[in-house]
Order: sequence, then C-alpha cells, then structure tokens
Amino acid sequence: MTSTPAAAIPMPAPHSAGCPFGPPPAYTKAAATAAVTRADLPEGESCWLATGYAEVRTILSDRRFSADVRHPNFPLLLPGRREIIAENPNFLRLDDPEHARLRRMVTGDFLVKRVEAMRPAVQQIVDEALDRMTQGRTEADLVTGFALPVPSLVICLLLGVPYEDREFFQSVSRTLLSNTSTLEKLSEARDELLDYLSGLAARKREQPEDDILSRLAVRDDLTPRDVAGTGILLLIAGHETTANMISLSTALLLDRPDHVARLADPAAVPGAVEELLRHLTIVHTGLPRVALEDVELGGATIKAGDGVIAMLSTANRDETVFGGAGGTPADELDLDRDARRHLAFGFGVHQCLGQPLARAELQIALATLFRRLPGLRLAIPRDELAFRTDSFIYGMRSLPVTW
Amino acid sequence: MQVNVDRDRCCSSGMCVTTMPAVFDQDDQDSLVILRQITFRPDQFADLRLAAQLCPGGAITVTEDEPAELDD
Repeated sequence: MTSTPAAAIPMPAPHSAGCPFGPPPAYTKAAATAAVTRADLPEGESCWLATGYAEVRTILSDRRFSADVRHPNFPLLLPGRREIIAENPNFLRLDDPEHARLRRMVTGDFLVKRVEAMRPAVQQIVDEALDRMTQGRTEADLVTGFALPVPSLVICLLLGVPYEDREFFQSVSRTLLSNTSTLEKLSEARDELLDYLSGLAARKREQPEDDILSRLAVRDDLTPRDVAGTGILLLIAGHETTANMISLSTALLLDRPDHVARLADPAAVPGAVEELLRHLTIVHTGLPRVALEDVELGGATIKAGDGVIAMLSTANRDETVFGGAGGTPADELDLDRDARRHLAFGFGVHQCLGQPLARAELQIALATLFRRLPGLRLAIPRDELAFRTDSFIYGMRSLPVTW
Repeated sequence: MQVNVDRDRCCSSGMCVTTMPAVFDQDDQDSLVILRQITFRPDQFADLRLAAQLCPGGAITVTEDEPAELDD
C-alpha cells in the first residue's frame, strides 16, 4: 500500500450539498475502500487518513501517536498555520506529561457531579433564552436567538467571562476556526483574544471570584500566557461546539416529527443526544496526529514521522460497530440506537473535558426547545439552509425558524 | 468479575460515571476515578465491560471470573 498508493484524498474535502448532515463524500468513499488510506494536505505533503472505528480509536489512544503540534511533520489542514499554532500550544496540542499537568488544573470544574449540580442553572438559561427569542415575535434565527446564547452564557458563567463581551469573543472564535481566514486575520484574532483573556486574568488575580479563570489566575505554577491559552481553549470549545450541535440537531429534526416525539420522553433524551452526537459528529475535519514510531494499522504501514488524520465522522458511521443485523444502518438517524460508543468527543487522553457539560446542555436545550415550541418549523425552504462548510467545527450559519 | 482502576491513566473524562454512577465516582480532591463498589452483581457485568471499553485513558480493567463468560 505504501509503495503504490491509490489516488490520495485531498484534505479538507468539500461537503455535499445534497447531504449536508453527513461527512464529506470523499471521506465516506475512502472509508468504503480501506480503513486507512492516503490523503494530501493543502501544503502538498501527504499523510494518512484513518476512517475506520477501530483504527481511529487506536490512533487517538495509542501513545505512539503524538498530538504535539510542535512536531515538524504534524499534519495541518491550513497552509502556514504551523508557526501560529506551535508558538504557544494549549494542552489540546501537547502530549503528556505537559498535557496532563495543564488539563488536571481544570478537570475539577467538569466533574460529572458538578455538572449535574449545574442542571437547574442551565435549565434557567435555556428557558430565558427561549423567552427572549419568542417574545413578541413569530420568527427568529435560531442560531443567534438560542443555539449560540445558551452555551455562551453557560461557559461565561463557568469561566468568569462577562457575557456583555459575547459579540467580541464569538466573532473572534469564528475567525480562529474558519479555514478561509487569512494568516494575518488569524494572527490578529489570536492576539486579540490572548490580550483580552490575559487582561481579565490579571484583574481576577487581584480580585479572585468563584470561577475557572480566577482559580487559574491565582496559581503560581502557571504563566499568564498559559492561563490565557487554557482560557481560549475552554471559551471556544465551550460555546462553538455545543452551539453548532444545537442548531444542526434542530435543523435535522425539524421535518421528522417521529424523532421529535421521542424527545418528549425524558428517559429517551440522553440516548437521543448520544445518537445525534454520533450522527452529526461536528468535528468534520478529523483530529490530527503524528506517528512517533512505525505502526501497522488497518493494512497500512505508518512510518515514524508520518502525519495521520483520525476521521471521527466516518468512524461514527462504521457499519461494523453501529449497524448490525436487523438494526438501523449506521448512516441513518435512530434515536433509540445505543450510540454510547461514538467518538464525537474524540478518544484517548485528549477526549473532550467538557463532555458532561455538553451532554447536559444538549439534553436540556433540545428537549425544552421542542416541548415549548411544538409548532417549530423552518421559515425558509430546506435547500436554502446555510451550513458552515468553511469551519473546523461544522454547523449552521443561520437557522431561520417560525413557530 | 473484578474491576481495577489505574488512577495514573485516568484523564477525568467522566465516561465511567456517566455509564455507571453506582460503581464509579470522581475524587473531589484530584478529579481521578474512584471505585464505589468492589463486588459486582451479574446484571452489572455488561455495563462494566462497556465502561472499560469507553474509558478513553484505558484506566479501567475488567477481569472475568470464568472464561466461559468471555463471549458475553
């Protein structure tokens, strides 16, 4: 396979207009031929693309694959980003023990029991967002009216970031996640957000409050830059991912009344959210790693120094794991499927730290939305929906709805 | 069935607590996994195997008592 590679998949591959909720067709096609294939990165280097469930799990959990972005062969989907990202990486882009040291400073804030205790506060945030969106109106953009405000308010509360600053951090986050941002814009956005969070952390160091940024700011074993780096990671991961899961899930469910009916059963909601996470897997570009040793995987020989992209979206539609005799095919949505093995939050030591919070927010937001607005429907023709195809986090630009 | 947790491998994802809150907990001091039970009922075995598979850090090991149970 290494000597005569088949036509390599260009990364990142475009989405299909006809099937906007699924992975880009080039990845689905690659998954149908081999679990590990060749791909071409924008800068011209080639790397491996892993599409199978078992292979993706191995890459993300085996220490022979590194997440350290400072490695010269680390695969990047945007040309020229290496310097910006590698300059001062947050713990998402570091290996243990550096990664564990920084991650463990914030794990206490995302314990399952702490998140469970936050449910009433999340419910209140969801209810108030719906009140504001619907008051005196019969039509709204669900993205700006609901999907974005809910997780933004929650992460602001946890981090200690003033919600009044949302327009700034939401806009800068979009720039940082877009793969059409110029290097100049990217670097500018990164610096603005670093300056903003460093300033906030400096004030909290003087006058600590009961929030994550304060707890990080008063530590003597963290540089101000590390505090701001962790702050950026939590702020972006905390609102962008959940916001896009809410808007995509809503768009997907809107013309499926049988599925919406399942959300009315509180006992079915957690399982339904796992299936939505599996089916939509919003990190459409996959997770990058670099091999530190030679590894035989999925019929390929991955050499030390080779870049690898672990494609979560195809792994989550692996028929051998999620399909099965008599069951719903893995490509289809089935809210009663046991989808708990999905990799939407990644796998291995870098698996999403905020997943208990994301689950709670999605369960409460989706169940409440469809309960309170039973007549919810699209306000524009379905084929006019605008998807975020240029972002590392897939989602919706807007979602005009009426009720 | 025996269950072992390796706290050095725990990355505090909380998957075990989400899967089996009666069996697993997260330590208030260091956020790492703790076992709330040491003996298990047969009706818990399937979920215990799942919790071990879902642990992203590979911190949970399940040892079957009898080889006959391996194929579940």
